[in-house]
Amino acid sequence: MLVLVAVHALTAVIAPVLVRLWGRQALYLVALAPGATLVWALSHTKGVRSGDPVVETVPWVPSLNLELALRMGTLSWLLVVLIGGVGALVLAYSARYFRSDDPGLGRFAAVFVAFAGAMLGLVVSDDLLLLYVFWELTTVFSYLLIGYDPAKRASRRAAMQALLVTTLGGLAMLAGFIMLGQHAGTYRWSEVAENLPDGGYLTAAVLLVMLGALSKSAIFPFSFWLPGAMAAPTPVSAYLHAAAMVKAGVFLVALMGPAFADTAPWRPVLLTTGLLTMFLGGWAALRQMDLKLLLAYGTVSQLGLLMVILGGGTRDTALAGVAMVLAHALFKATLFLTVGVIDHATGTRDLRELNGVGRRAPALAVVAGLAAASMAGLPPMAGFVAKEAAVEALLHGTGADWVVLAGVLFGSVLTVAYTLRFLWGAFADKPDTAATSVRPISWPFLAPAAVLALAGAAVGVLAPAVDRLLAPYADLYRTAEPGYHLALWHGLTPALGLSVLAVAGGVGLFLLLRGERVRATLRLPFDGAAVYERTVGGLDRMAVWLTGATQRGSLPFYLGVILVVLVVLPGGALLAGSPWPQRFHIWDTPLQVVAAAVVVVAAVMAARALRRLTAMILVGVAGYGIALMFILHGAPDLALTQFLVETVTIVMFVLVLRRLPVKFSERPMRASRRGRIGLGVAVGAVAAGMAYVMAGTRQAVPISVGFPDAAVSYGGGKNVVNVTLVDIRAWDTMGEIAVLVVAATGVASLIFQRTRDLGRRGDIPGDGPTDYSRPRWLTTGATARAQSVILQVVTRMLFHAMLLFSIYLLFSGHNAPGGGFAAGLVAGLALAVRYLAGGRTELNGAAPVDAGVVLGAGLFVAVGTGVTAMLLGGEFLQSAMLDFHLPVVGHIHFVTSAFFDVGVYLIVVGLVLDILRSLGAEMDRQHETEDDEVREKELV
Amino acid sequence: MTPNLTYVLVIGVLVAAGVTLLLERSLTRVLMGVVLLGNGANLLLLTGGRAGGAPIVGTTSQEEMSDPLPQAMILTAIVITLGMTAFLLALAYRSWHLNGHDEVQDDVEDRRIMTLAERDEGPDGEDTGDDDDDDMTAEDERRLAASATPGRSG
Repeated sequence: MLVLVAVHALTAVIAPVLVRLWGRQALYLVALAPGATLVWALSHTKGVRSGDPVVETVPWVPSLNLELALRMGTLSWLLVVLIGGVGALVLAYSARYFRSDDPGLGRFAAVFVAFAGAMLGLVVSDDLLLLYVFWELTTVFSYLLIGYDPAKRASRRAAMQALLVTTLGGLAMLAGFIMLGQHAGTYRWSEVAENLPDGGYLTAAVLLVMLGALSKSAIFPFSFWLPGAMAAPTPVSAYLHAAAMVKAGVFLVALMGPAFADTAPWRPVLLTTGLLTMFLGGWAALRQMDLKLLLAYGTVSQLGLLMVILGGGTRDTALAGVAMVLAHALFKATLFLTVGVIDHATGTRDLRELNGVGRRAPALAVVAGLAAASMAGLPPMAGFVAKEAAVEALLHGTGADWVVLAGVLFGSVLTVAYTLRFLWGAFADKPDTAATSVRPISWPFLAPAAVLALAGAAVGVLAPAVDRLLAPYADLYRTAEPGYHLALWHGLTPALGLSVLAVAGGVGLFLLLRGERVRATLRLPFDGAAVYERTVGGLDRMAVWLTGATQRGSLPFYLGVILVVLVVLPGGALLAGSPWPQRFHIWDTPLQVVAAAVVVVAAVMAARALRRLTAMILVGVAGYGIALMFILHGAPDLALTQFLVETVTIVMFVLVLRRLPVKFSERPMRASRRGRIGLGVAVGAVAAGMAYVMAGTRQAVPISVGFPDAAVSYGGGKNVVNVTLVDIRAWDTMGEIAVLVVAATGVASLIFQRTRDLGRRGDIPGDGPTDYSRPRWLTTGATARAQSVILQVVTRMLFHAMLLFSIYLLFSGHNAPGGGFAAGLVAGLALAVRYLAGGRTELNGAAPVDAGVVLGAGLFVAVGTGVTAMLLGGEFLQSAMLDFHLPVVGHIHFVTSAFFDVGVYLIVVGLVLDILRSLGAEMDRQHETEDDEVREKELV
Repeated sequence: MTPNLTYVLVIGVLVAAGVTLLLERSLTRVLMGVVLLGNGANLLLLTGGRAGGAPIVGTTSQEEMSDPLPQAMILTAIVITLGMTAFLLALAYRSWHLNGHDEVQDDVEDRRIMTLAERDEGPDGEDTGDDDDDDMTAEDERRLAASATPGRSG
């Protein structure tokens, strides 16, 4: 069985290729997949007839107890035969229905055969979860088939509607399955059925499962999606919406009936909704002018009938039910196919426009007539046998069954009436209508419908044989009394009389109406379609409202929300929390107050500044003040880094701000200024409160108590902070330098607009004439732009000293303040000085390398250090100490983590170089180019 | 450990000034807000460890040493702030270069959804680009015909 499903999947994959190669003829080849299903099922007939199910179990995830459990009993066998047989015939029909140049044909073939495979999997699944998976697969494929023409809004809507309704039911069903499975401890239906829960739990589970079955089979109140699904091409309607998919719900009811028939909700729900659906569908069918819609409503009505019969829950009703499933699939598929033929031959499906088709296409009329006879329940067709069985079964029932019987008979009257309406509408001569021209119908186009119609007749004639085939299913209902047997002739029974009555009533009703519409519409207190529209529309509006309310598209708004949460939650926790620390100190040294005053004043003024440069300077002052506080705290490394970073930041700001307007723009933000300040103060208060409480409530011993010893013994260095960076917490540093590389790359890609080559190396040095007559203080000499000679002289003196100092910082950092970060910043500042003194050509002269190469080299060295340690048998970034003696130099104490620090150093140098190249040199170049362009324009 | 009130005050002021600037629309101001906020956060981290002498073995005895762990964290944070400042500056410059100002604009698509919400409509409220000619109303056809009439526009 699993192989067959796989064959379908494979066919689906290659179907588009086949269609591209051979056009519509390829569909005959594709039809082999469902054909193989039919042959396989028929080959197992004997075993199934004797009541031996075909069982197949494939382990899947043994540790989760998941397996692919497949089982084909009588009921599954019947559906497999239908799915395979009807599927193959409909595909053969499609080979004539579509044109070869239909753009969607390849997709149609693939999805159709995939659907057949999913349907096959559904009916043979013994595992409920597997069944659910196939169930939803059929929903998805049905969605794709209904939306065959995605350019039409109607088909998109219909597809979405069918998808939503059946998925909703499917999810409910899944919940029911899980309830049952969790209780039974297994999801194998054959075992779950033996181990049912009881009470309200069972009722709830059964109701949920029924919700899935009813929505799938278009039972009231879910009926509305099925007529909408008629937007699909006719072969799809014939297969999915008559023979196969809508039968999934019926199949589920039939499968679970033997176990659930006696649970509280089973009979009442099925009988009520089934009868209601039968009436509504039959009545609506009498109102249709489109033949396909007439059949669609007829299908809704018949599905209701099937639910009623299968819901009866006795052996005889079950037998009648499966016989009806068989009969319905045969006649309804036939009728849909004939509608497709009529549509193609005449160009219309409107029964008001068709006239005299029966005389011009007699073979078609005969085929349709056979199927219609079966639908109306006339002998010797399958429909007659099934209906007789149903009436007979209900006749022998109790009081409630009589009510149901009356309902079924009334439904039959409607059925006969709309059957006649169909035949009359499609084939009859209508005096006051122009004769319809009918194109010739090729026999391969008609043959599939004919085969199905004849099969319907054969089932009727061979009723006793069919009875023997289907009886094992009915016998699952444990009853003592000898059961009913399917047959064409039972003698002059009351059931026969009632059948005659129903047919007579139907003929009467049709004669009463003739071609008119039924005028009266049946109004119900609620209508599934309206509820659906309201729900979906409401959801759409709610989504828009919610998105509009939360997604304001304004950065200050988003930040505001985040910050308000910060104020309310942690702030609230602070206020509501345990008593605040009572002990505190005002300062560690009084000097801190001086530094703090500088920071506070600078920060407040920076927030109020209107000029960019002013604000920048004040922010810088605040930063230097913080550096001072670091010194007073006893953190020389931090102070050093902070000083250097502030300096680089100021250089950066100056580079960019020279291009931006002097003042901040004053947009209508003034109104909200107070709000912003208020929020800022609130957040500041929360931060201050957190600082106070956190520092005051700390009781645990800091993890860093052991750091100094570890730094000396393992890290081989005396500067604990630096050893922490390159050894103890080296992984963190690794991440951070990676961030730096990313930031540098981001800066470059924002500024450089030349896409192919970031060109961070800059231009070739030496553009512009070099004046050798003047003393050269710098390598490239003064360029055309005026530069300060004093700055040049100072640069000349400073540059190499700074570089030397940076290298000293790098290597002394292990034992004294310094390290890769600080050293890199010093080297970067040296480059910045060169740039400021001599412009971009000078920068290129000072560092004739691509910033990207420096960054990459740094990352390479850092990672390489770590990997080398690993290769030597240590952990990533583990360091080792080497002590050796060199002549002259003396004793050398070397720690391998110094290499890592070199990597950090290179990355920081690369970052600063990158900034200078992007925000400095490249921006210069862009502005010079623009100035040139402006000048050229002025000249012209 | 007891809290140092000077630190608490500086943290509060830095964060308050930083957030106030952060809520602006000018990217340069946002950037300065980020820098101030970053300094405040660094100081907050610093309060997690005690003050003392420089954490260098041999210079300071272990009892008097300041806590080295927050310092290591802050050190990388400082350098990362540098990278972020550079990135934001580049962003501000780019914005100015392209739009003539460095202000953060509202998202246009979000604005559209807000108008839909105000009109209480679904996501298809403005969906006029349907490709299905079946849906063309008589009104549409009339308008189409009118626009196709020559000579109107002169």
